[in-house]
Amino acid sequence: MSIKEIFNTMDYGTAPENSSVAKAWLQNKNNSFDHYINGQWQSPSDNKYFPSKNPANNETLAQVADGNSTDVDAAVKAASKAQKAWYALGGHKRAKYLYALARQIQKHSRLFSVLETLDNGKPIRESRDIDIPLVARHFYHHAGWAQLMASELPNAEPLGVVGQIIPWNFPLLMLAWKVAPALAMGNTVVLKPAEFTSATAVLFAQVCDEIGLPKGVFNLILGDGKAGQAIVEHNDIAKIAFTGSTNVGRIIRKATAGTGKKISLELGGKSAFMVFEDADLDSVVEGVVDAIWFNQGQVCCAGSRLLVQESINDKFIAKLKARMDKLVVGDSLDKSIDMGAVVDQSQLNTIKKMVQLGLDEGASLYQCKTGTPENGCFYPPTLLTNVEPASTVVQQEIFGPVLVAMTFRTPKEAVQIANNSRYGLAASIWSENINLALDIAPQVKAGVVWINCTNMFDAAAGFGGYRESGFGREGGKEGLYEYVKESWQSQLSTKSLTKAPEKALIKNKASTKAASKQQIDCTAKLYIGGKQTRPDNGYSLPVFDFSGVQIAEVPDGSRKDVRNAVEAANKATGWTNTSGHNRAQVLYFIAENLTARQDEFCQRICQLTGKNAKDAEQEFSLAISRIFTWAAWCDKYDGQIHQVPTRAVSLAMKEAMGNIAIVAPEEAGFLGMISTIMPAIALGNRVIFVPSEQTSLLATDFYQVLNTSDLPAGVINIITGDRDSLTDTLAKHYDIEGFWYWGTSEGSKLVEFEAAPTMKRTWVNHGKYFDWYNNEQAQSELFLRNSVEIKNIWVPYGA
Amino acid sequence: MSKLTSPQINQKNPVHIERNSGLNFDPSLFTHININRSAVERRAATLGKRRSVKKQHQAAWLLKAITFIDLTTLAGDDTPGKVKRLCQKAKNPVRKDILQALDVEDLNITTGAVCVYHNMITTAVESLKGSGIPVAAVSTGFPAGQTPLNIKISEIDASVAAGATEIDIVISREKVLTGDWQAIYDEVKAYRSACKEAHLKTILATGELATLTNVAKASWVCMMAGADFIKTSTGKEPVNATLEFSLVMVRAIREYFELTGYKIGYKPAGGIQTTKQAIEYMILMKEELGNDWLTPELFRFGASSLLGDIERQLEHHLTGSYSASYRHAMS
Repeated sequence: MSIKEIFNTMDYGTAPENSSVAKAWLQNKNNSFDHYINGQWQSPSDNKYFPSKNPANNETLAQVADGNSTDVDAAVKAASKAQKAWYALGGHKRAKYLYALARQIQKHSRLFSVLETLDNGKPIRESRDIDIPLVARHFYHHAGWAQLMASELPNAEPLGVVGQIIPWNFPLLMLAWKVAPALAMGNTVVLKPAEFTSATAVLFAQVCDEIGLPKGVFNLILGDGKAGQAIVEHNDIAKIAFTGSTNVGRIIRKATAGTGKKISLELGGKSAFMVFEDADLDSVVEGVVDAIWFNQGQVCCAGSRLLVQESINDKFIAKLKARMDKLVVGDSLDKSIDMGAVVDQSQLNTIKKMVQLGLDEGASLYQCKTGTPENGCFYPPTLLTNVEPASTVVQQEIFGPVLVAMTFRTPKEAVQIANNSRYGLAASIWSENINLALDIAPQVKAGVVWINCTNMFDAAAGFGGYRESGFGREGGKEGLYEYVKESWQSQLSTKSLTKAPEKALIKNKASTKAASKQQIDCTAKLYIGGKQTRPDNGYSLPVFDFSGVQIAEVPDGSRKDVRNAVEAANKATGWTNTSGHNRAQVLYFIAENLTARQDEFCQRICQLTGKNAKDAEQEFSLAISRIFTWAAWCDKYDGQIHQVPTRAVSLAMKEAMGNIAIVAPEEAGFLGMISTIMPAIALGNRVIFVPSEQTSLLATDFYQVLNTSDLPAGVINIITGDRDSLTDTLAKHYDIEGFWYWGTSEGSKLVEFEAAPTMKRTWVNHGKYFDWYNNEQAQSELFLRNSVEIKNIWVPYGA
Repeated sequence: MSKLTSPQINQKNPVHIERNSGLNFDPSLFTHININRSAVERRAATLGKRRSVKKQHQAAWLLKAITFIDLTTLAGDDTPGKVKRLCQKAKNPVRKDILQALDVEDLNITTGAVCVYHNMITTAVESLKGSGIPVAAVSTGFPAGQTPLNIKISEIDASVAAGATEIDIVISREKVLTGDWQAIYDEVKAYRSACKEAHLKTILATGELATLTNVAKASWVCMMAGADFIKTSTGKEPVNATLEFSLVMVRAIREYFELTGYKIGYKPAGGIQTTKQAIEYMILMKEELGNDWLTPELFRFGASSLLGDIERQLEHHLTGSYSASYRHAMS
């Protein structure tokens, strides 16, 4: 076109980024990517490779090593060998390496950006302006955490070798999110990128080599699911960090159940984008563009469910459609486009299938008028209206540039629709009314809430989900906890410190010793919803004293009782929403009322455990002190304001998990009960509690105290009975958010395994015993951390 | 609502724009407005990064940008000699050999207008005779506007009589800050009436309006009162044109168009000195309002030094060598 013609049409033309340096780098690698193990480039043991393509033109970029379990084993060995020395370097020396990585990434930022775009298909603008700068930022930030580890996490020690499996949507950024905190905290890493996108991970390994990172600290395994599986199943890996689909997350949850591996999962989402009638609608339209047409919609936290207040819906949708008509889909390297290629033909097919399904279910389709290039994996920005919460496309993640739109009438209904999802990753709230926005934010079940913004990320702010969007946080101080343990945790014994009863008394139904009549008249019941209730099945179990004499009976709680307890807990949301100050008063009151009955409880302790009076009193006193401790924490486990580099307040708010099932340590009796229930309720959770079998009567005595302590109904629910079968039922219940289990390693495995369907947050002891008399353990911050979800709320401001 | 026909501003490439006849004062059209500054900043920051104009396209866009320039001199020491030089530059904004090499001589590129103080109108009109380039005059107690209303109106009368076909007025910032929108409406309506056939550009002095919400509301009130253009700044405020102000103002223009069918022009002024900035503003216009607005009838830059940068860039386009300012005629 001549200048004169362009003068009249005022077209943009194309502005392709030069890819020659990236292409030369690929050629220098012989267009072939190998593993990086123990500081060496290594070909796969069976010498198998698969091709990786540029999705914008289907050209093959490189042959990628097809990693197998032998390769993984070599990498884990190298990482294991390197780990102790890496940690022993100390925070400052690790900080210097992380700083060097950050600097080196900045120095080669354009090469990283172009490679990322060639490999993934995302627009060069995004890899250049968003992905790569965030990567460098992540390493800078975590260089700081390495430096500060000793002072800021004084009880922490590294986990060991960490296996990390990352997705293809933000290849290098997800690598940074995983690698930076792991290395900062003194772990070594075996990382596997997604099979579609290995290039920038290979360049990163090269950078590690250039800066002289010690051998074996960072190991790169390329390949597909089978290499990932080998990492997940490897015995010498202490932790798996995974970002990807919820289905694979479930597989990992099951595969690691009972192994003692720590896991963090960042999974799918169907995040709500809520537009209230007083929002700045033109700005909201741009927010939608950033929410769902960023990275071709292949973003786990994409605002893919648009909820618009009915009063402004027509106006807003008209604005949105007008904006869509301006969006340009084109070659990923072109600097004049809004959207590039989706990652692979298979993903394109999935998107097409999902949209067709939406249309089959009655949705209306709107797509941008600008069209898409003919070759390559392109899909246009798409809006589906005439959909409802019952539509498949509203419930399921599409992972493409497809937005589904619905309306709501009131703020309350907006929250209901937003929360009507199995996912809980992110939410975006648009309103110029700060009262409204800050009212909605805590009500939305999502780990990240963006007020009047969307898809904001930073190393200083935590990121991660609620519900089936996974658990654990990345970024911020909260993200570090995924890569450390408290030093006492590695010292826990598989042998009980207290002498366990020789027989499981409650199960010994055939006991020959007769019960005394007087004791049978003592009627212990279940405690559900603030009421003493009989067990649904109408059975009772005998309770024996320490010498084996039956002294009473307790209900044989079962499935229906668990169901009822969870329903009662669901109704006790007032406890979660009330102030910490109010909760503290109730806890103190429980302590006060217990103390009034000290003699009675101490006698019961003696009777059930055979302890002498002095030991019983010691146990009781410590329990009272512990109630005070958790009462004290009620209004002190503060959130944070993270230091993000934009003009925004980034609030890390600690929210109660919800319903927590607690199966008490069998050996720890009264002290175990108090030590486990109190922190959970202190931070606003509702508890379904299964007491120690041997000391069930202490739990049933305890509810009498609860009844007189102003504790709202449903906050603590006590179900006596067979621990294992109650554990099984609770573990399989879908409406429980958290599960704390102290018991056998088999029981621990069951709890973790059955957590997979709904991604329960589990905390189990793997058959190891806590010392409940040791405050470092039994009053550890772990109780607080396991009581809350951290929600990061971004609030940009500016008059 | 009577709709007047606009005179042809650019005789070489006339675009017929139905002239805004304004609306009755209706606060319900703007009282609800609440602009989110952070979100506007984010959009402004990415506008120039989502689109890129290179090579042939960049040359064409820069030539177009020249046609948008209100080549301006607004200084206390302006003299007829200085203004004549400016007008010559307006008529011949680019070296002839460059135009030849670009093969665009027959586009007859000139700046959009020449913009001066009242006392220089006569000189400018004389110098530009036959060129079709309109003369714009700043008015109404420019830049602060702190003079009596009757004097402001007389000033417009005098400038129109002297031959200015575009009048750039300043609104009373004090009335924005005290929320007296009716008074702004009334004064702008009076200005419009005084302008007669001359086009009215209303300068909001955005840098003195405190908030983007005020900028949006002031835009609405001016358009309601019959403005042909809304303009950001006098060039004398501490903060002049920005992409953020522009985004808010062009969005108001878009909604006003959707409501009334009238296309209001937009003029960012002050601080636009580089080709990069000029192209960002043009991208903003194209993205938010569309190609219809990429015409001098609806888009102007208030700028004095921008042209020099464009010339250097055009020469660079031809030679591949970075140019020097002394190689291009001064204004």
